[in-house]
Amino acid sequence: MSSKKYTTVSIPKPLAKKIKKRMEGTGFNSISSYVTYVLRQVISSIEEEEKEKESFSEEDEEKVKERLRALGYLD
Amino acid sequence: MSKPHGGTLVNRMLTGKKKDRLLEEAEEMKSLQLNSELRKDAFNISTGVYSPLEGFMVQEDFDNVLEHSRLSSDIAWTLPIVIDIPEKDEYSVGEEVILKDENGESFGLMEVEDIYGFDKEEMAEKIYGTDDIEHPGVKKTMQMNDYLIGGEIYQLKENTTPFEKYHLKPMETRILFKEKGWRTIVGFQTRNVPHLGHEYVQKTALTFVDGIFINPIIGKKKKGDYLDEVILDAYDTLMDNYYLKDRAVMSILEAEMRYAGPKEAIFHAIMRKNFGCTHFIVGRDHAGVGDYYGPYAAQDIFDKFPDIGITPVFFKSFTYCEKCSGAVDGFICPHDDEHRENFSGTKMRKMFKEGKTPPARMMRPEVAKNVAEKEHKFVE
Repeated sequence: MSSKKYTTVSIPKPLAKKIKKRMEGTGFNSISSYVTYVLRQVISSIEEEEKEKESFSEEDEEKVKERLRALGYLD
Repeated sequence: MSKPHGGTLVNRMLTGKKKDRLLEEAEEMKSLQLNSELRKDAFNISTGVYSPLEGFMVQEDFDNVLEHSRLSSDIAWTLPIVIDIPEKDEYSVGEEVILKDENGESFGLMEVEDIYGFDKEEMAEKIYGTDDIEHPGVKKTMQMNDYLIGGEIYQLKENTTPFEKYHLKPMETRILFKEKGWRTIVGFQTRNVPHLGHEYVQKTALTFVDGIFINPIIGKKKKGDYLDEVILDAYDTLMDNYYLKDRAVMSILEAEMRYAGPKEAIFHAIMRKNFGCTHFIVGRDHAGVGDYYGPYAAQDIFDKFPDIGITPVFFKSFTYCEKCSGAVDGFICPHDDEHRENFSGTKMRKMFKEGKTPPARMMRPEVAKNVAEKEHKFVE
């Protein structure tokens, strides 16, 4: 089985020290896994705030509303 | 409303001239016949229930999912969505293959991107956390063919279901929630007739959000399980009598239960996110079977996915308390066990089989009557 590809990111040593301290008792076993977790969380909340591009047209939307009305989901 | 998983709602429904041409040429093209469960997977890919998947998994995604519970793009994903085939040389990478259903009807197209072998024992162990052949998921994995075929797909025909009235695609639920003005929506997964314990959980969650999306899984079931139409009718009755019409919606999900416990709980949450849910109810032993998983393992696993994009709502087990005259859990009821009675689905099924109806403290009388009146209630 192929393993996941990783890359190296440099962070200041004092920050690494802080992270190491913060990791104590959290269940994370390396600075890398902790930083990965935090970055995923941060990036996901940034993405969540970005406006969603509608993947359907106004015409699609009207057709869907018609079906929803016919099925009784909308008045 | 939640954004679709991966950012964009997938739509692989082909329309227009290309669809017509492919349907005309289908009989001349090489084909791949799928069983009803894989057929449902194909439909869920095409309609965006499995966004961001655009096809069945190629090896890079398959390996990443087993090893890291993520797609190769780093998006959280816990279960492999794959098609198994017996021979490696029957199809070639780069060719277009017509997908056929169990009756030999053409319904889709796959652009073959990868054909690869896999280790069944490793797959079973990594997905189900056990190699015990008694586990239904392990058993099924060990019975798979030796190769997997992956690639993007297109849907050429709508899926048909006897429950058309309840069959909404993610695009439709998203438009419905928008029209209703719901910004926060809690998803509830079920495969049972509702008793008062379920109602307690749903309404507790509903107190904090704009609407509830009740989403029964329809499909292959075990002997003795309630028939799909019995579940849907029972929910209809419950919703007509005890829910505000503007705050509850029910629609089915055609998918296979895999009994993968924690990993399936994440998968269930992702699907509901694609329908537009912002929250998802996870109970005790969600998607579990036997005693393979800890009672709250399906809740604990959410800690590993800070980027899943849907908020899990956890419930412990709940019981009826005669002193409180209602459904309770250990956090809100001070009374001893002698005053409590479990909402046992098994016990209620047994009562129906014996021609009795569960008491009103367990199930709404209207729901119990509706189920009791059905001539056929269970899978035989």
